[in-house]
Amino acid sequence: MTPTVALPVIIGGLYAAGVYLLLDRSLTRVLLGFLLLGNATNLLLLSAGGPSGLAPILGYAEPEEMSDPLPQALILTAIVITFGIAAFLLALIYRSWRLVRQEVIEVDEEDRRIARRSATDADEIDPDHLAPEDRPAMHADTLAADEDDEDVERRLARHYSGIPSDDVDLPPTRGRRP
Amino acid sequence: MISVLTPLPVLLPLLGAAAALLVGGRHPHVQRVLSILVLSAVLAVSVALLLLADADGADAISVGGWPVPLGIVLVVDRLSALMLVVAATVALGVLVFAVGQGAADGDEETPISIFHPTFLVLIAGVANAFLAGDLFNLYVGFEILLTASYVLLTLGGSAPRIRAGITYIIVSLLSSLLFLAAIALVYAATGTVNMAQLAVRLQELPDGTQLLLQSMLLIAFSIKAAVFPLSAWLPDSYPTAPAPVTAVFAGLLTKVGVYAIIRTQTLLFPGGALDQVLMWAALATMLIGILGAVAQTDIRRILSFTLVSHIGYMVFGISLASQAGLAGAIFYVVHHIAIQTTLFLVAGLVERQGGSTNVDRLGGLATASPVLAILFFIPAMNLAGIPPFSGFIGKLGLLEAGIADGAWQPVVLVGGGVVASLLTLLAVSRVWSRAFWRPPAQSPADDTFDAAASDAGPELAPAPPPDPAQQAEPAAEKEPAGPATGGRAEARRAAWERHTAVATATSPSTDGLGEDDPRGPSLRPLPRVMVASTATMVAVTVALTVLAGPLYAIADRAAGDLLDRTPYITAVFGGEEVP
Repeated sequence: MTPTVALPVIIGGLYAAGVYLLLDRSLTRVLLGFLLLGNATNLLLLSAGGPSGLAPILGYAEPEEMSDPLPQALILTAIVITFGIAAFLLALIYRSWRLVRQEVIEVDEEDRRIARRSATDADEIDPDHLAPEDRPAMHADTLAADEDDEDVERRLARHYSGIPSDDVDLPPTRGRRP
Repeated sequence: MISVLTPLPVLLPLLGAAAALLVGGRHPHVQRVLSILVLSAVLAVSVALLLLADADGADAISVGGWPVPLGIVLVVDRLSALMLVVAATVALGVLVFAVGQGAADGDEETPISIFHPTFLVLIAGVANAFLAGDLFNLYVGFEILLTASYVLLTLGGSAPRIRAGITYIIVSLLSSLLFLAAIALVYAATGTVNMAQLAVRLQELPDGTQLLLQSMLLIAFSIKAAVFPLSAWLPDSYPTAPAPVTAVFAGLLTKVGVYAIIRTQTLLFPGGALDQVLMWAALATMLIGILGAVAQTDIRRILSFTLVSHIGYMVFGISLASQAGLAGAIFYVVHHIAIQTTLFLVAGLVERQGGSTNVDRLGGLATASPVLAILFFIPAMNLAGIPPFSGFIGKLGLLEAGIADGAWQPVVLVGGGVVASLLTLLAVSRVWSRAFWRPPAQSPADDTFDAAASDAGPELAPAPPPDPAQQAEPAAEKEPAGPATGGRAEARRAAWERHTAVATATSPSTDGLGEDDPRGPSLRPLPRVMVASTATMVAVTVALTVLAGPLYAIADRAAGDLLDRTPYITAVFGGEEVP
């Protein structure tokens, strides 16, 4: 059988779409991206087996007419793994939705701490105004004077607003708590 | 003999997991005993395998009796047997710790019927990755351990764990997909996934094709091993999990990636095409990792960053591609698995004792629990590479190998390694001086409880004690202090209260808490099983120092095998011509 251009084109298209979706903040799209990437990789495995042939069953076809059975076995294994992990990811996404009423990838703690610091000059910092974990040693003894969590959240939301997200209209940070 | 023993490290935990799942709901005690027995058996089998492999050299069995390049092959050589022994040791230590924690906490938050089977599946995956004789089985081993780790990391399903788990899962998935795509391309280029066969066939490929395949595999494994540009996921996801889970992840999972890098670099691609890249990645990993650690104040995050940093030492040894370098890397892997696991277990104990893992909120731990201070001090000094300990021996071996290499790049890395080691000392001694020797900090209650909860997940944070009288009762029920320890505990409490009195007198106390409310839960004596298992792990790390001579000799012989490559290939093909 002559080599076909269709398979490489489909694989490339699936990889492109998968990577695009994977870069989204919305977890559902990340999941879809993962599924596309998994399918692209399975097709890649299939095309690694060389030209197609008859089903590799003894007595059904001669060995030289058969297609390579090993990639098919590998694909079956990979499909099972992808399936299981996709189910687990879906459960996680649902759990995330139940907990914080959103299913986007949240800004992590380190970014929050940096955002808290970024507005001030290091020389003008009053340690009492820092979050407790950012204060120098022996300074953990006093109350944080004015917590401006809202400002930080707003700044983070503005900072990340350019990144496409799900059409559910929620800020990319913590959002509403139930 | 070896053909009977080889599948057992994979088979036993899998069967044990099934049995543990069956008995889990109704007989938690049976489940605990069962999983400890299974892991002890795995440890015994691994030690036997190491002795056999060290005496007779590498051996392979083909599962199901298929002729060799067709079926699944499991290979035991000195490297994989050594890794199995260390993995089984730390897994057993962590499991006993987890049992102790579960017994002390009453298992309300952690569904223990899930924990034990998943933990055993994780160990089965790790063992499978170490024993795998073909690339696809290595992939399956990785997937087994990763899937188990997804469940363990999100155990309990609290918001911080879900957030951390999602990052971890997506990054792991991406590396797995890269690995799978690399396998597809390797198969397309060579027509096999058997590693011994690949060792021969890959050499016949054009250089460009080899380089592509090598870099794809290397990137996939570097994500798992957390080598610098691909390491950002680690400090974000590990610290939120329960203490025993973080301990076993930090000890084992990244090292499986390092093991895979060692295998591919020596067996499949011995040309050293990417050694320079690896070397600079090692330098960046060491320095940037440790700078991250210095900037942190949470013990678990500090430890996570030092974990990243010390992966750099192993990659440095691998990138030298000399026997001395590989031997140093292998010894360092063994040392680091034990030491990192131990330190995370100690961090778990610190959290129980002090109610937080943030060094700015901790204080006076040396007075509150001298045992804990000793348990922290020994592995911390070991991690920083202070002379008598195994960390020093491993680093010295690596630095010597770097100097012996002769080129200028390794000398730069030697300098970087020394700097990283010094900064490690700085990071751990900050924890030591602040958390253990300061008078206890009187942080406001809302700070402590809120922040600790968001740092660590609700089940690890202490519940805000609404009423000291209520608080004391269950504590006394759970921890019946014997008459012998009663006096000591009293003395400790008195010492603590003296400290507290000094601290409250000198600082403006704005929290309005009464004087007899000095954070009741922190004064509970630590559960004995947890302390005992951590102490055993500390003893193991000290034993690594005592046994460093024979251990380094094994690592050296393993490195010799790796560079020689023929022992592995002959083991798989039994001395016949490789098809």
